Amino acid sequence: MLARLTHLDRLEAEAIHIFREVAATFSKPVMLYSIGKDSSVLLHLAMKAFYPAKPPFPFLHVDTTWKFREMIAFRDEMAQKLGFELLVHVNEDGVRDGINPFDHGSNTHTHVMKTVGLRQALDKYGFDAAFGGARRDEEKARAKERIFSFRNASHAWDPKNQRPEMWKIFNTRVAPGESIRVFPLSNWTELDIWQYILQENIPIVPLYFAKERPVVERDGMLVMRDDDRMKLKPGEVLENRRVRFRTLGCYPLTGAIESDATDLNGIVSEMLVARTSERQGRLIDRDEAGSMEKKKREGYF
Amino acid sequence: MRHNLAEKLVVSETVDEYLAAQEKKSLLRFLTCGSVDDGKSTLIGRLLSDAKQIFEDQLSALERDSRKHGTTGEDIDFALLVDGLEAEREQGITIDVAYRFFATSKRKFIVADTPGHEQYTRNMATGASTADLAIVLVDARQGVLRQTRRHSIIASLLGIRHIVLAVNKIDLVGFDRAVFERIVGEYSRFAQDLGFASVTAIPMSARYGDNVSRRSDETGWYSGPTLIEHLETVDIDEDASGRPFRFPVQYVNRPNLDFRGFAGTVASGAVARGDEIVVAKSGKASRVRRIVAHGGDLERAVEGQAVTLVLEDEVEVSRGNLLVSPATRPQVADQFAANIVWFDEKALLPGRSYILRTETDQASATVTELKYRLDINDFAHAAAKSLEMNEVGFCTISTQSPIAFDPFAENRATGAFILIDRLTNATVGAGMIRHGLRRADNIHWHSLDVTKQARAAAKQQKPTVLWFTGLSGSGKSTIANLLERKLHAGGRHTYLLDGDNIRHGLNRDLGFSEADRVENIRRVAEVARLMADAGLIVLVSFISPFRAERRVARELMSPGEFVEVFVDTPFEECARRDPKGLYARALNGEIKNFTGVDSPYEAPEKPEIHLATLGRTPEEMVDVLEGWLREREIADQHYDEGGGI
Repeated sequence: MLARLTHLDRLEAEAIHIFREVAATFSKPVMLYSIGKDSSVLLHLAMKAFYPAKPPFPFLHVDTTWKFREMIAFRDEMAQKLGFELLVHVNEDGVRDGINPFDHGSNTHTHVMKTVGLRQALDKYGFDAAFGGARRDEEKARAKERIFSFRNASHAWDPKNQRPEMWKIFNTRVAPGESIRVFPLSNWTELDIWQYILQENIPIVPLYFAKERPVVERDGMLVMRDDDRMKLKPGEVLENRRVRFRTLGCYPLTGAIESDATDLNGIVSEMLVARTSERQGRLIDRDEAGSMEKKKREGYF
Repeated sequence: MRHNLAEKLVVSETVDEYLAAQEKKSLLRFLTCGSVDDGKSTLIGRLLSDAKQIFEDQLSALERDSRKHGTTGEDIDFALLVDGLEAEREQGITIDVAYRFFATSKRKFIVADTPGHEQYTRNMATGASTADLAIVLVDARQGVLRQTRRHSIIASLLGIRHIVLAVNKIDLVGFDRAVFERIVGEYSRFAQDLGFASVTAIPMSARYGDNVSRRSDETGWYSGPTLIEHLETVDIDEDASGRPFRFPVQYVNRPNLDFRGFAGTVASGAVARGDEIVVAKSGKASRVRRIVAHGGDLERAVEGQAVTLVLEDEVEVSRGNLLVSPATRPQVADQFAANIVWFDEKALLPGRSYILRTETDQASATVTELKYRLDINDFAHAAAKSLEMNEVGFCTISTQSPIAFDPFAENRATGAFILIDRLTNATVGAGMIRHGLRRADNIHWHSLDVTKQARAAAKQQKPTVLWFTGLSGSGKSTIANLLERKLHAGGRHTYLLDGDNIRHGLNRDLGFSEADRVENIRRVAEVARLMADAGLIVLVSFISPFRAERRVARELMSPGEFVEVFVDTPFEECARRDPKGLYARALNGEIKNFTGVDSPYEAPEKPEIHLATLGRTPEEMVDVLEGWLREREIADQHYDEGGGI
């Protein structure tokens, strides 16, 4: 009698299979490491896929310079603990021009510091495959994307002309300059991610757990003031509230939720009764209709 | 679902219990397919909505979108929930497959919403390839349509064994039982040859939810399950324990000299520590020493698990091979018969070379014979010379090196492949192997005592294939003819294969369609190869308009043996010269498929020799060629001395 694999077992095996496929067929892969919970799961799976060896590719963080300080500390700690090769790229042009989410808006900031920064890094190192932690349940443009998602030489996604993707047979062939974005977590849901973190005891940034934090209400979001680059507008009050984050990005663009969940069990039980999706806390998806698809066509993950 | 969970949590009060229940749930992957406007996306919207899987912010976005692009008047247009691309929302159609996730108290589901338009069939196939069940929607007012049949055939070919026939929009025919039964009857007659294990017909209204998760009050005459009841209970687990062990080697993990592991996913069956295994392609046997996984070695690995195997012996294994059970081995062959679904705008042509990929293996492949094209309407086997986009056919395939496989009907993982275009890298087709052809086993290479080297040495020359390509009237044959005269005078053993001459004999059965042109070149390339094997310097003068075929010819020869000579004369000049009066006739429409007029010429990208002919005499160009050959010692010193033998 065969032991039946659970739902999570199957998702894990599928992701490991994808990791190995890339390592076997591309000449210069990289994993995009954005420090959030999905990246943490991705990192854990990469370590599993090549055990007892280390993952045969580096990890790239595109730093917008506006990430939560706790994220950067966590990133450096993980790199040291697990001994993976960490590359950090900052769009220096954007820094020179003083691009920031307050003066230039979330769209321009994200485009310059994240999308352009990513394109710069991919070109600089000549990566031909890049892993990302995106899931199909996050957003409806992502629900349409292949696991092996082709990008032309200018990193653009052509959603109307995707390669067929049959069974587990992946077309990994690209011409020089072209690349593939690879999404091992395509078929995972937010609940799967938390369940897996719980099951595997995967370390995550403490910002996911509720704690008293200094927040301001702005544009209907609770924004945490992570450093004094954030100036208070007239009428705004900084107050300490018990909050946590469902997703992590640039701190001025990431909304906190009020919560009492101080451990993984608490997070899962809050999630089960949640009435809104996790991306609701992300300012960048709300800016305009079809916002995610547009960004992806420009080279965003 | 979210309501249910919340209630359940209050009762049980522990997340642990909830998670434990989640763990026991099995997974069902299914797709919705059928013709345009039969309500596929609406059904998925309904399923997600009924499963409380739509969040508040998504619902308000949906209401906004419905007002902007919706096609359902005042009601929420659920299709907009899955049609995630801008172009889809604007045009109100589904272009590509969307994946959605939901769960009930019994099962987890991954659903692929696939497009109904014929032009997007490849996206439907993408969704179907990983599904265990297909919901085929039929509009009760329309009945079984062409796309209903096409999708059912593709679902069957891709190995889907369970069908739900959703007779949708039953409200629009007054919940009429007779309509339902007529459609079910028609579909059953059609589907009886498709080999489905089950076909379950359900009358429903996706828009209003009748018989989706709620039993309809209007269909009292229907006593079967609702859609959700059926999806929750349908038994899709094949008896996996009885299947033979198959392990496609994906990646050789070798961090240091002490560890050599073969990483992969168990495609079928199971393996335990100590089991004997065989390397499929070489037949070499060994035993499993360790089953390595992060967090500790395993005693056993089963279908679906991604592990790393360490063997007892130093046997040669690389990516693309299979580790298998010694008792039931897969086939190993370089010729086999397969069903093909074609995806690309450029038709499949027998004789053209493609890259074939299985789960982990890769080889150059050509379709040697297209046996038939399947007629979607009546399953008739129609003779065909090519397979157009979205067509299904049956053919024989030959690979440059043998691959290990099982018939697709026995194993979806080891019996499938895709075909990739060599130039664009596009995925152009999907294949399902029916059976191996024994030819490879029976026709062994006969090892001959007189070798190519010996034959070439006797002639004191280096076998070479000079492949002249260019438009009709570009001067290929003139130059090739002149060069052969000089080589011959210098004592070289040569042969000139000329397009026109060969078409009078060997290729007299071929016309000028794209398929025939491909075959024309394939035959000439094979003849040139045999002549090079005989030690000759072969001059081939053929328009050979397609890069793909010239590349095939190149790959047939030994490295360095193939010399592509691009005779580059502009179209206008060729048409002006028009030595045979062909351009005048082609431009008048009297000759079809004339290269440069209504059939393309793909110029070489990196020819060994590029002859721009304008303003140069044939003699000057032959001098260039001779110089090139001399530099490479193809025409060696005694030729230089001008002496004969």
